[in-house]
Amino acid sequence: MITQEQKEITKLDVNKIRIDFPILNTNIYGHSLVYFDNAATTQKPNQVIDSISDYYKNYNSNVHRGVHHLSQMATDRFEEARRTVRDFINAESEKEIIFTRGTSDSINLIASSFGKAFVRKGDRVLITAMEHHSNIVPWQILCEDREAQLDVIPIDEKGELIFEEFEKLLDSDVRILALPYVSNSLGTVNPVKKIIEAAHSHGVPVLLDAAQAVQHIPVDVKELNVDFLAFSSHKIYGPTGMGILYGKEEWLEKIPPYQGGGEMIHTVTFEKTTYNELPFKFEAGTPNIAGAIGLDSALKYVTNLGIDSIHIYENKLYQYALEKLSSIKELTFIGEAKERAGAISFVIENTHPFDVGEILDKQGIAVRTGHHCTEPIMDQFKIPGTIRASFSFYNTKDEVDRLVLGLNRAKQMLL
Amino acid sequence: MTIKEKQDEIIADFSFFEDWMDKYEYIIQLGKELPLIDEAFKTDDKLIKGCQSRVWMHAEEKEGKVLFSADSDALITKGLVSLVIKVLSGHSAEDIHNADIYFIDQIGLKSHLSPTRSNGLLSMLKQMKLYALALKTRHQLEK
Repeated sequence: MITQEQKEITKLDVNKIRIDFPILNTNIYGHSLVYFDNAATTQKPNQVIDSISDYYKNYNSNVHRGVHHLSQMATDRFEEARRTVRDFINAESEKEIIFTRGTSDSINLIASSFGKAFVRKGDRVLITAMEHHSNIVPWQILCEDREAQLDVIPIDEKGELIFEEFEKLLDSDVRILALPYVSNSLGTVNPVKKIIEAAHSHGVPVLLDAAQAVQHIPVDVKELNVDFLAFSSHKIYGPTGMGILYGKEEWLEKIPPYQGGGEMIHTVTFEKTTYNELPFKFEAGTPNIAGAIGLDSALKYVTNLGIDSIHIYENKLYQYALEKLSSIKELTFIGEAKERAGAISFVIENTHPFDVGEILDKQGIAVRTGHHCTEPIMDQFKIPGTIRASFSFYNTKDEVDRLVLGLNRAKQMLL
Repeated sequence: MTIKEKQDEIIADFSFFEDWMDKYEYIIQLGKELPLIDEAFKTDDKLIKGCQSRVWMHAEEKEGKVLFSADSDALITKGLVSLVIKVLSGHSAEDIHNADIYFIDQIGLKSHLSPTRSNGLLSMLKQMKLYALALKTRHQLEK
């Protein structure tokens, strides 16, 4: 539903936006590129590319160390990035923003450090049946190490979490709940606010994997009252190798450091090391300075367009794609949750997703095929994989039409 | 025909195709036409699991020649599998083990041999070579 307030939000000028993304002009096998693999990674605007190049050209230096001018400049920009992230997700303080290598790294950090502090033999950790492998394996490692139990909240045939089953699994033995805000293979948007409230009513903290959410929908950690939240820079138009872990200050104070090294220490002797304060306690070694600066530009770019405007535009495009794809009668959607964003997964009767993906590629259309690092979901739907088209604000209805044409061509060749 | 001659023949066939779609139409046609493997051999121990598509492979030796049969659940992979079989099947273990398979690269489908693509074709080629090596070693021991 679009409210009156949303109507007043500026409309995106997609043609103008596309000029910012040089890669979108690429020709692939003689066709102009249609990039529908945004859930894997998004393309980068000139503003991001230029900021990274500007850093290396003009003020490359290590942060937080040197007294010299360049180091000061690099440190200022690096710390500015932290404040930009803080504002972007509406965190209370920049102490709550930890720079990591990506969503997986952020989740591993919490599984390891939170696990050390709070998970004991016989405890339970809750995840969902729609996790990316990144939000399964770190918890499996933790549970094996601690002799704890990993429980999975099931999903129904539409790809929605079964809330009653979740409530049944919640009890005082549960130490933490980890779940995705938006599913990378089904596009399901989980009712996270309601889920977090329910978890908190049992004293269970929640980690949100927001890797597929922050680029599509406004995320406010205070409003969600979420304890930990993880996302990747490269899925929100920033560079790879850079990620964010948000954690409530009270939680981050309670858990031990993840890795040891430079930057994260206060004093070191061979007898005893004391650790630096937040957020540096969790940032061992020289950080990804260019990554932080690139992410800063990316978030400013998104903020400048307006995440609300992005959400409205992308949602319209998503609905258009659903409608057009439905015209292919051999096509079955995998995941039909009421609330969806980002990705549409489907299969075409009697064809292998891999064949379809390859024929689309030769028509200049980039999609992802396979299990999308969510093998348990594929097992549940009894399919080897899906074709996944995932959208960004720089995509257009014309591109959706090209996808439909491309799929019809593939169908004709394969059936 | 030698393994090399068979490969050169395929390369010559493919040189007639002007665009990718024609090339794919042909590979898919190959995939559709050939019943490549006896259903009895489509078992888990013959399965070469790739991330994207699956390949089943069976090998046996008859009168000094190695005979391969294989199948895939993806048509493009199956078409390529049939070409590999056409090239390698019916030769001696020694020739298969020593063969340089260059035709996949030459017809522009190198990406199918990329380890990250992981569609089973690369693993199948490795398995074929390993099988040939094992046979060759056994023959040497028997001598």
